[in-house]
Amino acid sequence: MTTIVNILIIVLISTGVLFSLVTAIGLVRLPDVYTRTHAASKSSTLGVLCILMGTTIHFWAVEGIFNTQMVIAIAFLFITAPVGGHLIGRASYVAGIKLADATVRDDLKGVFDQKTDIKK
Amino acid sequence: MMAFYWISLMLVSCAFAGLLFRLVKGPTVADRVVALDAIGISLVSIIALLSLIMGTAFFLEIILLLSILSFIGTAAFAKFIERGEIFDRDHNR
Repeated sequence: MTTIVNILIIVLISTGVLFSLVTAIGLVRLPDVYTRTHAASKSSTLGVLCILMGTTIHFWAVEGIFNTQMVIAIAFLFITAPVGGHLIGRASYVAGIKLADATVRDDLKGVFDQKTDIKK
Repeated sequence: MMAFYWISLMLVSCAFAGLLFRLVKGPTVADRVVALDAIGISLVSIIALLSLIMGTAFFLEIILLLSILSFIGTAAFAKFIERGEIFDRDHNR
């Protein structure tokens, strides 16, 4: 039983650490605000979700404490972290931050007036 | 198991250093806000690993608090970048 729990914890925390490292690499290497938002919202959400699930399983199975706040935190992070990424991307497009030079197409071109935030 | 927790804490700290680099260097404000959001989420995982290492469940209450504060800060910064102000009053009342 202990071996199964340890293997489960090791797999979950290793996945979480791997996705945290992927987040850092993406945030350092990518050229643009929008692509950095893409890196920072999705992979960091998955990474922290895996680490928190591993922590919850450890405290539940090894030390006998089931912490419901961790479950609430997992659900909250799963909902709000992509929403935050979307908010930042939309705000930076409305504020008129330039796209990277390698961008192929821009579907929102001309939808927002750059100054007044009013849809044409 | 303890060595595994220490190694994963070191790797997450390396990721934290990369996010700090983007926070300092980022060309625009939006880059810094994205890095700050990722730093808040990364800090949550650091606290989880630290509570695993120390063996106490008392740190787990900070996790929910930090995730809520990180989301509120991100939303406020997004509104500030978009409009130039955080609290807008309704003048047509």
